[in-house]
Amino acid sequence: MYNEKVVDHFSNPCNVGELTDADSIGESGSFKCGDTMKIFIKVEDGRIENIKFQTYGCGAAIASSSMLTEMVKGKTLDEAMHITNQNVADELGGLPPLKLHCSNLAADALHNAIADYRRRLEPDYTD
Amino acid sequence: MKNRLVYMDNGATTPVREEVLEAMLPFLQDQYGNPSSLHTQGREVRRAIDEAREKTACVLGADPAEIFFTSGGTESNNLALRGTARKQASAGHIITSGIEHHAVLEVCHDLENEGHRVTYLPVDRFGRIDPAAVEAAIAPDTFLISIMAANNEVGTLQPILEIGTLAREHGILFHTDAVQVVGQRPVNVNDLPIDYLSLSAHKFNGPKGVGALYKRKGVKITPLYRGGSQERKLRPGTENVPGIIGLGQALELAAAEIPYKMEYLTSLRDQLIEGLLKIEDVILNGHPQERLPGNINVSFKYIEGESILLSLDLQGIAASSGSACSSGSLEPSHVLSAIGLDQQTAHGSIRFSLGRYNNEADIEYVLEKITPIVEKLRQISPLHKTD
Ligand SMILES: Cc1ncc(COP(=O)(O)O)c(C=O)c1O
Ligand SMILES: [Zn+2]
Repeated sequence: MYNEKVVDHFSNPCNVGELTDADSIGESGSFKCGDTMKIFIKVEDGRIENIKFQTYGCGAAIASSSMLTEMVKGKTLDEAMHITNQNVADELGGLPPLKLHCSNLAADALHNAIADYRRRLEPDYTD
Repeated sequence: MKNRLVYMDNGATTPVREEVLEAMLPFLQDQYGNPSSLHTQGREVRRAIDEAREKTACVLGADPAEIFFTSGGTESNNLALRGTARKQASAGHIITSGIEHHAVLEVCHDLENEGHRVTYLPVDRFGRIDPAAVEAAIAPDTFLISIMAANNEVGTLQPILEIGTLAREHGILFHTDAVQVVGQRPVNVNDLPIDYLSLSAHKFNGPKGVGALYKRKGVKITPLYRGGSQERKLRPGTENVPGIIGLGQALELAAAEIPYKMEYLTSLRDQLIEGLLKIEDVILNGHPQERLPGNINVSFKYIEGESILLSLDLQGIAASSGSACSSGSLEPSHVLSAIGLDQQTAHGSIRFSLGRYNNEADIEYVLEKITPIVEKLRQISPLHKTD
């Protein structure tokens, strides 16, 4: 059902866990299937210096969480904001159509974390 | 190590037995005659089908004339329910349960659209239907009660003797979907007030795509299809000969080993349940005793079933889950909801279903592999608090 890359990220996920010194935390969830995820970011000079995630969900949800964190590590907040759910799925080499909505959680959680960070720390930020 | 394969999804389907395959092969090769033909080739095949019908009838304690071969459990259920509804002079009432297989529930939904009323009885937290609730649901125009003999997901056995007795007292027809029970536990229509019973060959080491409907003599139904006179016009169309031969052979063999197999699988089942319950925050779904010999269904809290299945699969273990993400429809199982599980607990459910080829080493292997899988997924999960 899943390709090798997805299975690999699922089996050996990168950046799992919590960041106790996180600058921001973003969450997302699917009402439909119940998958939920939480992303922790540490920001330095406008860049994502460190990132960790926790995911409750299926293989697609866990693999896309892992892939996303790899994709945005070191990126500026602007760059990270431009990463879409589709980019994550593409980077994983594609997901079964029914599973796309499970993978959507990852970028959503990250965008929530970044938006929250900016709202608090960038006085001229507007959503 | 990695190459070990442990198949624990016998509730979904079972491997075809060697002896069954051997019995079927001639009918895919030299014995190609049409059983309706008058010539020797045809008559030989007819004789083989008659024999399969006799074997099937014998196992169930039925008369061969009460056995109708179909394409499987789904068709048998459709034939019994629709066929009976179509015989009614006017719309009436049907009683079933909320935990039936889709091959009953979806038919009932259609029948509702056709004007019939259907009561979907609730179940208790073990998945049992209360016969008193059946009786309370009976209306003056109730013409059919359909209750499964055992549930395919949580394995709970239903009190079909009591329910059938009630049906008979009230002059109502009683159908049971016994797809999960036939070949696993003794079923005899002489001891049970059953008017129809559905069975499916691939659940007892027979081939897929073939099943049967037992219909008690004198009970009238309208066929789903029109055509030739096969299966006494109740199921027209040239017979699935190899399938029917395979069904007869598989059922005869399965029935012969039931006493031994029940004990063997029950013991393996209980070992696996005991081992799984040693893991923290694991709950058993279904009834602790009144369950199919090979059925184990547990929920692992804080983690999701599809990810458990995938991890098990990577270790060569085949199981199934009631989680939304593994269902293909993104809906959690209606059975787990009916027994009162909250969404998350339902999502974390795994069914291991044992068959005749499983052994103690398989149980040990699964227990050895599942513990680290659960631990790892819980470490990833935001719902699980470690401190
Ligand atoms: C209880 C029950 N009824 C009906 C069916 C459908 O049987 P079949 O696959 O032969 O159509 C199944 C099998 O999945 C089942 O478990
Ligand atoms: Zn999912």
